[in-house]
Amino acid sequence: MRAYLAAAAAACLFAGGCATSGDADPAQLTASAPAAVYPSTYVRRPGPPTLFRGGTILDGAGGEFAAADLLIADGRVVALGQNLAAPQGAEIVDAQGRYVTAGIIDAHSHLGVYPSPSIQATSDGNEATQPNTAEVWAEHSVWPMDPGFERAVAGGITALHILPGSANLFGGRGVTLRPVLGARTVQEMKFPDAPQSLKMACGENPSRVYGSRNSSPATGMGNVAGYRQSFAQAQEYRRNWARYRERMAARTADSEGDPPTPPDRNLELETLVGVLEGEIVLQWHCYRADEMAIAIDVAREFGFRISAFHHAVEAYKIADILAQENICAAMWADWWGFKIEAYDGIRENIPFVHAAGGCAIVHSDSDVGIQRLNQEAAKALSDARRAGLTISRAEAWTWLSRNPARALGIDDVTGTLEVGKAADVVLWSADPFSTYAVAERVYVEGALMHQRGAARSPPSDFELGQSYWEAGQ
Amino acid sequence: MKTFAVFVFSLLSAAAAVAEPILIRDGRVVTNAAAGVIENGDVLIDNGRIAAVGADIAAPRGARIIDADGGWITPGVFAAMSQVGLNEISGSGAPDDASISGDRVSAAVDARRAFNPGVSAVPVTRIEGVTRAAIAPAATGTMFSGQGALVSLDGRPDSVFGRPFLIVELGETGAGRVGGSRAALWPLFEAALRDALEYPGRYRSGQGGVVLNEIDAAAVQSYARGHGLIVVHIDRAADIRELIRFKRANPALRLVIHGGAEAWLVAGELAAAGIPVIVDPMANLPDRLERLAARLDNAALLHAAGVTIAIAPSSETMDAHQARLALQLAGNAVANGLPWDAAFAAITRTPAEIFGVSTDLGVLERGRIADVVVWDGDPLEVSSAPTAVFVSGRDYPLVSRQTRLRDRYNPAND
Repeated sequence: MRAYLAAAAAACLFAGGCATSGDADPAQLTASAPAAVYPSTYVRRPGPPTLFRGGTILDGAGGEFAAADLLIADGRVVALGQNLAAPQGAEIVDAQGRYVTAGIIDAHSHLGVYPSPSIQATSDGNEATQPNTAEVWAEHSVWPMDPGFERAVAGGITALHILPGSANLFGGRGVTLRPVLGARTVQEMKFPDAPQSLKMACGENPSRVYGSRNSSPATGMGNVAGYRQSFAQAQEYRRNWARYRERMAARTADSEGDPPTPPDRNLELETLVGVLEGEIVLQWHCYRADEMAIAIDVAREFGFRISAFHHAVEAYKIADILAQENICAAMWADWWGFKIEAYDGIRENIPFVHAAGGCAIVHSDSDVGIQRLNQEAAKALSDARRAGLTISRAEAWTWLSRNPARALGIDDVTGTLEVGKAADVVLWSADPFSTYAVAERVYVEGALMHQRGAARSPPSDFELGQSYWEAGQ
Repeated sequence: MKTFAVFVFSLLSAAAAVAEPILIRDGRVVTNAAAGVIENGDVLIDNGRIAAVGADIAAPRGARIIDADGGWITPGVFAAMSQVGLNEISGSGAPDDASISGDRVSAAVDARRAFNPGVSAVPVTRIEGVTRAAIAPAATGTMFSGQGALVSLDGRPDSVFGRPFLIVELGETGAGRVGGSRAALWPLFEAALRDALEYPGRYRSGQGGVVLNEIDAAAVQSYARGHGLIVVHIDRAADIRELIRFKRANPALRLVIHGGAEAWLVAGELAAAGIPVIVDPMANLPDRLERLAARLDNAALLHAAGVTIAIAPSSETMDAHQARLALQLAGNAVANGLPWDAAFAAITRTPAEIFGVSTDLGVLERGRIADVVVWDGDPLEVSSAPTAVFVSGRDYPLVSRQTRLRDRYNPAND
């Protein structure tokens, strides 16, 4: 996130001042648009200081602390240690025999853009009208009343990244959300200052969708040509804007003639320039090892960074390359076989990426899977041990919190229980690597967002007042 | 490459020949039967059947001894609904025997004729402790999704067993296949059954069927007479009530619900009607308008009301590759209130009962077919895994295409 803010500031300087009015200098491009024009209105909900006493703590940074205390206040982690004193007015939560972990962050969700109920009109996740729709933003499809958000929080989710689908080479911008139950607008859910992402897609989805329409891309090579042509255009677009800004900067009060005309804005290319500038983090749907290696070459040609490969079913085959390139892999524990590019899935994909020194992430891509990502991590961890790897459960928790935070560019704010970080905390009834463990309490920035068994109305307006629910009252 | 050569040979000799008796010793034996759980128990396998279950069984002469090492010994898992063996790859434009387009044939679709014991998903599924599966096509052009089959996951040529079953769509999906309305679906379904009851007469006479063509009528006739199991895909409480009324009018028909997301709302009526439900304990989203009341404790509520339940993915999420997730589904039912014994029975004994093969399968008792799994822990924990799998008394190595890929790329082997 620091890089993002720095880039935003630089763009403001470059444009000669950061206008906030409606006729803001379009030269600010991607850097200013999300922050200034499409702001987050998320407000941390109030909560008392809370002391979790005597639990086993997995801090998300690879640490495990037995019979330890965690103190949170004002939305932040205040202390982690033994025998912490409870401040005035603190709520004390008995965590003995229970587990306290960093909140789970799902780097790949379509909640809100493919909400429940799934009917034609709510299928809002794929602008499958042309292979490059980098101009669309997932946040403009998110329906905040998706009942899936409540289910996700009940599974320990404290932040999630909503992506467009993978029909296109460039699917559009993704958005990181706080699962704010009862939020009326997506703005109320937007994770403050989190960078947007660009969703790109490798493989058979784009070539199937467009090939079946007898248009490009119809093949793997068509995919790569499509990426390259678009980034070449983005480079040109960036040069045109740079030239314009140079001319503007060279003008003085007594310069003669009309000021230079700015280039036409192109929303599609603005997004790609954002990637070239490093302001927009790249999340690339890519299953096969060989296709990921080609994607890395494309990134090198145009000088951008890939934050994470998503699904990455064959990441284990190139775990060394991913680690060397510092690219995360967001993976399922055991999905395979549902298409040919998922044919080589193995249960040890996640731990093999981890063992190579890489950034392994457990992701869901599913409104069901997001409810129990801890179980997916448990599968990966136990299979790792059977395969002869030594990985602690505290290390495995980094797959659920620190590593996705890193891939999303929010790791300076959340992802671990280090002092000063957001108090994104889950209290589990038992070892969360057990199928039987349930999230008893889920705190989003120190606010109790979910309490198991607490009687309450459904937070989604969609579910409120439904006949079955009324009958149960 | 050395590992590659070994791979080929071991696949050829995948199943050790059945020869000597096998004594599995010192495990937590879940019998699924009157004997309950036997701590430090033994299971003796001989000639493909279970010869004895109990504590301190003496090893017969020449018996192979397998030490369960304090792990769990259970019946093999029975995937209560799946598509395993009906395709190698589900998508990608690959051939898929689970999906039939057009309405040339529907009820006569016969999964027994398409099951391929050689698919890579069979060993992938088997090494997770799943030894049997009910498999079914996913889609045809009509309200009948064809006939499913029971299969052993031993990978052998003769792995189809038991009787087929008929799948009928009587909810949103079925309505969509007959013009969009349940109001059309039910009359057409009942007319189809009448066609089948009048087979072959009205077809020989040249009159033909009102709904069914001749081969579909031939396929449905025995089900219409109550001689086979009809699996009904249905979720909405109102639809289930309609099904219960239908059952009352047609008591001879043998019905089981697959889905039943809102079944908890009519649990008492279902129990009284004696209609079992194959339920997905993770289906808690109102992802369809016919599933608005879906909830995580559906299985627990049904069980508490006396409904017979089995556990499997819903018809929309079942697939050809992840039948192994039955164990995680059952574990999550336990996390949401279903007693452990009921949850484990719902993926072993109850499917065998529902599909009419419980005299041979689903429990560890003398005389039953020896589908036995030894686990390194509680099988409903996602972190547990089998240490040995026996199908019909044969010991299958814990090897699949996935474990071969694992071994090729395992950094621990460097």
